[in-house]
Amino acid sequence: MGRRVPRACGYVRIIFSIMLRLILTRLASLIATLIVVSLAIFLILEVLPGDPAAIMLGTAAREDTLAALRQELGLDQPALVRYLQWIGGLLHGDLGTSITYKMPVSTLVGERLNVTLPLSLLAIVISTLLALPLGVAAAARRDGPVDRAVLVFSQLGVAVPNFWIGLLFILFFSTRLGWFPAGGFPGWSAGLWPAFQALLLPAVALALPQAAVLTRVTRSATLDVIGADFVRTARAKGVDRAATLRRHVVPNALIPVTTILGLQLSFFFGGAILVENVFNLPGLGRLAYQALNQRDLVVIKDIVLIFSGLVIVVNFLVDIGYAILDPRLRSRS
Amino acid sequence: MSKRFLAAALLFSVSIAPALAAKTSLVIGMPIEPPGLDPTIAAPVAIREVTWANLYEGLVRIDRDGRVQPLLAKSWDISPDGLTYTFRLQPGVKFHDGTAFDSADVKFAFDRARAPTSTNAQKQIFAPIDTIETPDPLTVVIKLKEPSGNFLYYLGWGDAVVVAPETAENNKANPVGTGPFKFKSWTRGDKVELVRNADYWQKDKTKLESVTFRFISDPQAQVAALRAGDVDAFPNLGAPELFTEFKKDARFKAVVGNTEGEIVAGMNNAKKPFDDVRVRRALMHAIDRMALVEGAYSGYGQPIGGFFSPNHPAFVDLTRVVPYDPAKAKALLAEAGYGKGLSITIKVPQMAYASRSAELLSAMLAEVGVEMKIIPTEFPAKWIEEVFKAKDYDVTIVAHAEPLDIDIFARDNYYFNYKNDKFKALIADIAKTTDEKMRFAKYGEAQKILAEDVPALFLFQLPKLGVWNAKLKGLWENSPIPSNDVTDASWSD
Repeated sequence: MGRRVPRACGYVRIIFSIMLRLILTRLASLIATLIVVSLAIFLILEVLPGDPAAIMLGTAAREDTLAALRQELGLDQPALVRYLQWIGGLLHGDLGTSITYKMPVSTLVGERLNVTLPLSLLAIVISTLLALPLGVAAAARRDGPVDRAVLVFSQLGVAVPNFWIGLLFILFFSTRLGWFPAGGFPGWSAGLWPAFQALLLPAVALALPQAAVLTRVTRSATLDVIGADFVRTARAKGVDRAATLRRHVVPNALIPVTTILGLQLSFFFGGAILVENVFNLPGLGRLAYQALNQRDLVVIKDIVLIFSGLVIVVNFLVDIGYAILDPRLRSRS
Repeated sequence: MSKRFLAAALLFSVSIAPALAAKTSLVIGMPIEPPGLDPTIAAPVAIREVTWANLYEGLVRIDRDGRVQPLLAKSWDISPDGLTYTFRLQPGVKFHDGTAFDSADVKFAFDRARAPTSTNAQKQIFAPIDTIETPDPLTVVIKLKEPSGNFLYYLGWGDAVVVAPETAENNKANPVGTGPFKFKSWTRGDKVELVRNADYWQKDKTKLESVTFRFISDPQAQVAALRAGDVDAFPNLGAPELFTEFKKDARFKAVVGNTEGEIVAGMNNAKKPFDDVRVRRALMHAIDRMALVEGAYSGYGQPIGGFFSPNHPAFVDLTRVVPYDPAKAKALLAEAGYGKGLSITIKVPQMAYASRSAELLSAMLAEVGVEMKIIPTEFPAKWIEEVFKAKDYDVTIVAHAEPLDIDIFARDNYYFNYKNDKFKALIADIAKTTDEKMRFAKYGEAQKILAEDVPALFLFQLPKLGVWNAKLKGLWENSPIPSNDVTDASWSD
């Protein structure tokens, strides 16, 4: 007993130092990626046609009026100066002021995250809760009735776009049955239930296509593992079917599933743009859409950077997640 | 089973409860959220549709028939030479922040709009002003450099509302005016809420306690919101094909009115072959405007032959000047040297009316041997850059929403590249004509010149398709000025 403890401690310490090195290298590449992304965003918006001042003042505006507004917005400064001002502001936690709304972007984004984050999380939960059991159940009895049904569901789900599902939901559940509001968001101050009610249909619409993909991945990953030698060995040793599935198959199948889930997070944020428009939710996606239309460059830059940042951070977490799920990866890095 | 029924009943009661209480509140749906709430520093129509006459007031207002009426100025005199305007102001008017309104505010607002740093989208309204004097708190004397026939009318626009020096800077996010409603809150991306102004100078003018403007861009979602009772009125429904359903539904009133928006296919008049009036007329002859309205807007728009709103008293119907006549179109094209055919392009913004019209136009022109290729563009950003500024286009199509904007055909460097000295002189003359009857007669002449010279293909007037709860009264059927004036709106029992 006395000898085992230090040995275990040493093992933990080694794992810890390997994990730390992994986290630090991944963190460094995360920061480098963010810098490249910020430069790319800025350059793309530079060449994008559209003068925010002309959009704001319309076609009747005189040249001196346009010049006055450009100066007020700081658009008369050279590009490099504007880039450095943007990045400098970001480092101080200042996202700048929206051209159209004339309020701090941080406040705008904060308000919108109150909708988009719960929406995306709800969609992820729904999608995972649907996909994992369905995928495993389908794989457990290959070509059985459950498997057939799951295949049909996933085919349909992959083929049908989320905004169209959203429209059907509105027509049926809101217009026909009156169970849900036809769109809009009452705000969290209206209470948990009304807010949840407003988010449920869009979350399901957002989740279904992703759930379909995830179901297929779960099914094939589970099938791969079921066919592996160690599973046959476990069964041969007398472990029953359910226990094999639970203890040996599912944990191993989770690795590819995690990869897809990580990739899907960016789809949830991207899909939110369409779904938020259909359900008229004041989320980050709709803000991005409006800002692009109005060429509110300050807001677009920040939102695209936030979206990219979220995807990069999620990928970072997925990388770390692998290391936890799969001990082999730790020794390899 | 009973549990499920209870749950359904509960959900149902939750969703209809607000509708029952909605006797003094009104929810208006709009397709586009305004970028800011100050009409004196930005052009978008959506700003006026929330704020004009509801939050802010000008010296005068435009009424639902398009006529000028007194508002913050209770009366005025114009000197015989048309150069001096003396306004007598309403006493006892207060801004929403409690400060008193007087002549100094008027001077401040107009000086701000014409200053070198001004970002007023219609700065030219104030260009004729020479001096603004305030001999006493309730009198404003404005002297003009030259007569301006429409000066009073322009003062009724959103660009000329009176704002206070203490609050003007913040009006974009926190508007303060003198109107019947006060700003309460703005949930960005969702809604703007206004509440009744208890200190309003016209006591008991409004019956509503609160007005909410909700922004719903998707046409299907607009219909769903109306059906579900989430929205009481959509004064300007986006999708004409969905409008017809409401006409059959007794719960709603579905009204076809006129906007000030003329849908025209502008041509690059400086570019071959559009520099030849025979070609421009040939293209006009090739277009069946009735069929166009039917196909592009479900039959709800008035065909036009010139560039003037049918709402205006000086309007002349000129659809017969260059009528639909494909044979004549072919003959004119042959005469101009394009008998063997002609190939042109049209830059089309993403709005539904524009893309549908462009497809129909393209098919109609093909009948007379003109191949018109559709090039999609994005409005406003890309269109302003490519078409409006760079004039890099053959034909394009947009609705011109501003009231009384026939003078755009006289502007130098406007995107039509149209030069007609006679027309330009006439517009300059109209600007100086203070006598209304004479001015209107001259507007008639100006309309005729354009109808014959066809600098743009005049298609149809954009209708205002209003849908609202049948119990709601007092909303405007036409929009002689971009607005959703709810001053007179109320619910019948």
